[in-house]
Amino acid sequence: MNLCRLKNLKGISTVLAVGILWLLAGDAFGAETASATGVTGGYGPAPDLKPSDYPQVAGVNSRVTIWIVAQLHLWFAAFVLAVPIFVFIIEAIGMRTRDKRYDDMAYEFIKVSITAYSLTAIMGGLLLFCLVLFYPDLFRYMSVIFKDSMFYYALLFFAESAVLYIYYYGWHWLQGGFRKWVHLTLGLLLNAVGTTLMLLANAWLTFMMSPAGVDPAGVFSGDAWAAIHNFLWNPINIHRFIANIAYGGSIVGAYAAFKFLTASGAQEKAHYDWMGYNANFIAICALLPLPFAGYYLAAEIYAYSQQMGITLMGGLFAWLFIIQAVLIGTLFLSANYYLWCGMGRSDGAKRYYKYIKYIAIVLIGAFLVWFTPHTLVLTNEELKALGGPYHKYLGPLGIMPAKNTAVNLMILFTALSFMFYRRANKVATVGWVKAGNAIQVALFTTGILNIFFLGVYHGYFTNTVYKVAASIPQVLTTLIVIVASVVIDSFMYRRSQEAGPLHWGRVPPRSQYALFLLAVSFTWLMGLMGYIRSGIRQHWHILDIMRDNSPDAFTPTLGYAANVVSLATILFMAMVIFVFWLSQVSGSKTLPDGYWKE
Amino acid sequence: MRQFLMVVAFTLLTVGLFAGYSNFGIPQIEPAQPPKQEKIDLGAMTMDKFIALGEKIFNGKGTCTLCHNNLGRAPMLGGTAGLVPKRLVDPRYKGEATNVEEYLIESFVKPSAFVVAGFGKKGTNDTVSPMPDVSAGSIRLNDAEIKAVVAYLQDSGGAEVTVKIPTDAPEQTEQTEGEPRAPFETPEQAIAELGCGACHKVATEEGEVGPDLTKIGGLRDKAYLRQAILDPNADITEGFEKDQMPPDYGAQMYAQELEMMVDYLAGLK
Ligand code: HEC
Ligand code: HEC
Ligand code: HEM
Repeated sequence: MNLCRLKNLKGISTVLAVGILWLLAGDAFGAETASATGVTGGYGPAPDLKPSDYPQVAGVNSRVTIWIVAQLHLWFAAFVLAVPIFVFIIEAIGMRTRDKRYDDMAYEFIKVSITAYSLTAIMGGLLLFCLVLFYPDLFRYMSVIFKDSMFYYALLFFAESAVLYIYYYGWHWLQGGFRKWVHLTLGLLLNAVGTTLMLLANAWLTFMMSPAGVDPAGVFSGDAWAAIHNFLWNPINIHRFIANIAYGGSIVGAYAAFKFLTASGAQEKAHYDWMGYNANFIAICALLPLPFAGYYLAAEIYAYSQQMGITLMGGLFAWLFIIQAVLIGTLFLSANYYLWCGMGRSDGAKRYYKYIKYIAIVLIGAFLVWFTPHTLVLTNEELKALGGPYHKYLGPLGIMPAKNTAVNLMILFTALSFMFYRRANKVATVGWVKAGNAIQVALFTTGILNIFFLGVYHGYFTNTVYKVAASIPQVLTTLIVIVASVVIDSFMYRRSQEAGPLHWGRVPPRSQYALFLLAVSFTWLMGLMGYIRSGIRQHWHILDIMRDNSPDAFTPTLGYAANVVSLATILFMAMVIFVFWLSQVSGSKTLPDGYWKE
Repeated sequence: MRQFLMVVAFTLLTVGLFAGYSNFGIPQIEPAQPPKQEKIDLGAMTMDKFIALGEKIFNGKGTCTLCHNNLGRAPMLGGTAGLVPKRLVDPRYKGEATNVEEYLIESFVKPSAFVVAGFGKKGTNDTVSPMPDVSAGSIRLNDAEIKAVVAYLQDSGGAEVTVKIPTDAPEQTEQTEGEPRAPFETPEQAIAELGCGACHKVATEEGEVGPDLTKIGGLRDKAYLRQAILDPNADITEGFEKDQMPPDYGAQMYAQELEMMVDYLAGLK
């Protein structure tokens, strides 16, 4: 208990410190710049910096420092913003079903995130400090434009902390009847505040990619909403929102896996197995729409600037998408693998075992197509380094329609895995089981054929420059097949019988490593995508407005970036393990003999 | 504890595999360095050099080949100069150019004045060009650079090169801070302002670090003098050290100042 109180105090004081620092920084810089540029109503053009304008601290690489700190902040923030989203949903499910296990699980999730919350604040404060220290002019310029939103950000941060603490510490107090409703409302409020926080931070980030509300010299029009609501704001908001949920699910899954592996009793094992299953379920649900959100984001980047779009999908970064494909393939495979292992919990699952190898084959095949290199468009120097724009053997598999086809198949088959899992322990009792199954088989077959046909036809027999015409009907096919068959399934198994009791906890330890793999891959993937997001701006702090003239303006190679990302991932994982450990010791009590007066 | 160590080892292994794949599994391409913000020494420029400069900008700073390559993202520009007469009378042409040079410049800075069929922005029916204004944004070529690219396109398109190498206008490059400096009126003023006298005996100055310049016109021709200022290390005067004279006068002087200085020095006999 003692430790708990201490932690709490520390959390609050960090929050205070960060908030005050932020406010001070925002105001002080605002005032200074305004007085320096008085004539134009307070807004000067973006400064043209010289290398000497970037303070150097001996032995410290400014860019790598900022990079790692920002990434750590983002990981923690993504995690602590995502957890309340599904905690809210799980709490609501618990309220509806009156199954206390859900309520306990929701509470445990939020408990994990609360320690992470103070780490988010610490990393945020550190990020601010590093920005002011290493990139003072950039920060000054940004804080003139985003003065107000930074202020509200700080304010919202207080609000978020307050609501979070009440929500967490009031969990057991606000139980039953009307009080539970109050508690659920707090959860909703927490999410509203958290999401707004994310939207504001995203605005600063996307402003740097697609600046708005400023003229070509960087003179701010004073319209803060225009700067916030810039071209790439919403595409990134959507992709991040979804990715964060998947990410939060995967981290919580790793937590459950860790607890499962270290659990002593069968009951504890059963509990954490169940928790891990639910976390994985959340991660998969959010994983399925992610590729679509990703392509939408890429299309919007292309629409904003053809130049940036080509930098993104061609050239150096084309190889990044191959690494991305490897990682996403890993995510899908480990999520599926976990489901397959989980079938061991049920005695009825044997009926489905024989199909699994086919799913695995399709997944791996799709994965291989996906990670076949795209046509590479390079600058001249890069061309020379590589020896040609096309991949030697795999050209035709590298184009977009082939990849879209692969992605859609991967999603369909993951959904199929999941349906098998759901059915594993059930025996349908309705009279139309045969017909229902036949319809589902037909649905999947026509769906797969249609996806194939669209991909092949548009990919190889049409002659558009960007062969993406197939993607929308393909996505629609995938969605229709999934939704329709899930609906049929839910009717078919309405009054089903259980094949036998589910044996929670009866999974091999290696299944838990699939959960770790999911979490680690996700973390690393996020880091990698952070690199490309910033990388496509090339030598610009703010695209076309404020040039990066620091010694670090060059775009690093993929290997270099991967090493930084790996280092950051290891740091993050170490901190996460620390958090897990902390939430473990805070729950255990040591009774020292004879220490306290009786 | 064993479980804990296994998890740690597993995490490190996974991260190591990803890092290893990124480092060794795919080719490491060294991304192009950010384009330099350097001054062009127009004063010391021949037409051949100007065309070569245009080619360099076309492939480098201008990032034109990002789109204008054989992958169908944008038209190839080899024959564009020859096509201009047809473009000018095309009913879809919305610009104001009357000759090849004007047309090319216009297509760089107002790409939508004429959009080559099939290359317009999606959904605009070839009325809006996806090409950025190359005098603004991240490419931001200045007038001289644009003229150099025009010269290159005229030359490589087999058309007559009509552009003049600009020497009259002060160069505006991104590096100049605030107001561009007013050009020096006389060679003496330039020598005083640029501090040549700190090292040289020239005009009224008595510097001793570098060679005496009071009779330099008798020893060296104009081309040599130009080079001695732009690239001091190209040829070191006997009895003196390398790296003594600042190498960046080319960037500090406007083209016409350099010519004025060279003329002046050549006249000292
Ligand atoms: C982001 C891609 C992109 C970049 C970068 C780009 N262009 Fe273009 N350019 C196009 C497209 C697409 C067209 C065809 C549509 C049009 O006519 O505007 C075009 C058209 C042109 C035309 C007109 C051709 C004609 O037949 O009328 C010229 C000239 C030209 N570009 C020159 C350049 C130069 C010089 C550069 C570099 C300084 C450059 N472009 C950079 C995409 C680009
Ligand atoms: C910091 C000292 C320094 C300054 C300032 C300096 N120079 Fe020099 N300059 C030298 C030295 C040393 C040499 C001889 C070594 C060499 O050839 O580079 C030299 C060589 C020369 C030569 C070639 C002389 C020959 O004998 O071939 C010319 C011409 C010249 N300088 C012109 C100028 C002009 C014009 C300026 C002012 C715009 C200037 N220098 C400023 C140090 C300086
Ligand atoms: C299953 C597929 C995908 C997964 C799991 C995934 C995952 C992620 C994650 C976790 C992030 C970091 C989000 C954050 O910073 O909060 C991210 C960012 C990004 N993704 Fe994806 N993504 C997928 C598909 C795609 C696709 C197909 C593209 C484009 C072709 C794409 C482009 C990007 C870009 C440009 C970013 C950086 C934007 C940002 O900072 O938020 N993604 N992705």
